[in-house]
Amino acid sequence: MALLEVKNLMLSFAGLDVIKDLSFSVENGSIASLIGPNGAGKTSVFNCLTGFYKPNDGDIIFDGNRIVRKKPHKITKHGMARTFQNLRLFKSMTVLDNVMSGMHCRTKAGPIAAVLRHGAQQREEAETKKFCQECLEFVGIPEFEDHISSNLSYGNQRRVEWARALATKPKLLLLDEPAAGLNHDEKQQLIALIKRIRDELGITILLIEHDMGLVMKVSEKITVIDYGQKIAQGNAEEVQNNPKVIEAYLGKEEEEIA
Amino acid sequence: MADISNSTSTNSAQAVKAGGLMAWLEPQQNRILVLAALAGIALALPLILNNYAMEVMSSVWFYVVLCLGLNIVVGYAGLLDLGYAAFFAVGAYTTGILTSHFGINFWLTIPVAIFFSICAGVIIGGPTLRLRSDYLAIVTLGFGEIVRIIARNLEITGGASGLIGIEKPSIMGFELNEIQHFYYVFLLLAILACFISYRLQHSRLGRAWQYVREDEDAAEAMGINRVGIKLYAYVIGAIFGGVAGCFFAAKMTAISPETFMFQQSVLILLGVVLGGMGKIPGVIIGAFALVLFPEVFRELGSMRILVFAVVMLIIMLYRPEGIWPAKK
Ligand SMILES: Nc1ncnc2c1ncn2[C@@H]1O[C@H](COP(=O)(O)OP(=O)(O)OP(=O)(O)O)[C@@H](O)[C@H]1O
Ligand SMILES: [Mg+2]
Repeated sequence: MALLEVKNLMLSFAGLDVIKDLSFSVENGSIASLIGPNGAGKTSVFNCLTGFYKPNDGDIIFDGNRIVRKKPHKITKHGMARTFQNLRLFKSMTVLDNVMSGMHCRTKAGPIAAVLRHGAQQREEAETKKFCQECLEFVGIPEFEDHISSNLSYGNQRRVEWARALATKPKLLLLDEPAAGLNHDEKQQLIALIKRIRDELGITILLIEHDMGLVMKVSEKITVIDYGQKIAQGNAEEVQNNPKVIEAYLGKEEEEIA
Repeated sequence: MADISNSTSTNSAQAVKAGGLMAWLEPQQNRILVLAALAGIALALPLILNNYAMEVMSSVWFYVVLCLGLNIVVGYAGLLDLGYAAFFAVGAYTTGILTSHFGINFWLTIPVAIFFSICAGVIIGGPTLRLRSDYLAIVTLGFGEIVRIIARNLEITGGASGLIGIEKPSIMGFELNEIQHFYYVFLLLAILACFISYRLQHSRLGRAWQYVREDEDAAEAMGINRVGIKLYAYVIGAIFGGVAGCFFAAKMTAISPETFMFQQSVLILLGVVLGGMGKIPGVIIGAFALVLFPEVFRELGSMRILVFAVVMLIIMLYRPEGIWPAKK
């Protein structure tokens, strides 16, 4: 069963087509990738999925719901979480406070509960804290919970972002270039983590990544786009040998050299 | 004995200077100690102050409530509101109209004022909180003026001359009619405002305000409804202003539209920004500065406004985060 289905997605900015008639799906429980040269429109696809961009046309079905044109926070509540290509942490807040933002949509204490601090509110706060500590443990940085997030190393700030996304208790996790800026060791740990998120937590993963080694290692299905259009789809081997894909990447490289 | 205690106190005073007052305030018991001492002083003040000083101090507590209310909007949620006096007016006029025209008991007017404040907050906040902050400032400015002009032109609000003869409230047959009484009422309100602010700040909602303030898109991506969260801040701020307005009307027994001019909104905003947005002790200091400065420099006459402005500028230049130091 497909957890996510994208049908004939169209997106344009000021008459310029960024996504053109794009369709693809992500199977429940799979690890899928969306790849393509720089500027192909990958991040724009994520922004459409998560409600930050309103597509001009097309449909997005997530877990049986049409989510196209819904507000980002509603989509997160439906069970789709994301990380950003450029770190978007709450910089002056502690690591734990950052992760607790993810639990916001799974909890409900309002202003009256905040003032009264009654039993239910205290229980909810305690549960939130405990679950978020577990998320930090899962990504491997439980010792940093009280640190101000911007004081962490880049690699650890990435982990805070993953923990924060996990704290929303998602069904589908969208990772936008999670390996960017990581060193070799950190990349290996990321590969293991991606697999653990799927195997242990049962969360479906869709990732955008330029590191082909990583993509080929973890993904079961790869969708390749160029200029907002799908040019290939399949497993690692099929995609690697597809002449259109080779051309898209090589063509870009030649342009860059020139 | 006297020597020892003396030397330790100077030592600790030096330690405070060296290590920073903030570090000393970090442990909970030290903070409670300071709060208890301050509360003691505040409670004892009526024993030593004359009536004029009592008026000034009541006004300080009153502005503490207003500034803390606006702080929820500006400091916590990061929204610029230039029409906060409107909510203060809603509360004051609700109490004024209900007690003077309909003879309703003062205490019963408070829930009504809260209801109207919530309505006003939702009506103005609902459609405008989607706007960018600078547009919001203009809309709130307009809203503040509209409320004042309505009050100026309706018959029920007494037109330009306002309402007089608002009944003084009483508690179990004991009428609140002296400045000492109102001093304690406003002190109590200020303490309540601090307590509520503190609890809100350290809650799920308080965190959400901070997320939205730091990065709206990231907050939204984490499942936080930014418009809803801002509306909460706006409405809670409105309630603070409304309730303060009720007691203001009761103390003055007369209100006029001129009390709720744009300058009033700016003054309250000044208190919030001066002390340090989002920080309760900072906002309290801001409110003190707001009320005490013009009183202390009374001899300067109209020059004091200029001096005030210059001092403000200097503080904002050298301490853009406000008087109260930022955490860490
Ligand atoms: N908000 C926007 N307004 C105008 N143009 C946009 C906007 N967002 C994206 N674009 C354009 O859409 C195209 C695709 O951008 P996008 O960020 O989706 O690419 P990408 O595949 O994620 O690239 P990269 O690998 O460099 O991250 C680019 O040409 C970009 O300039
Ligand atoms: Mg991108």
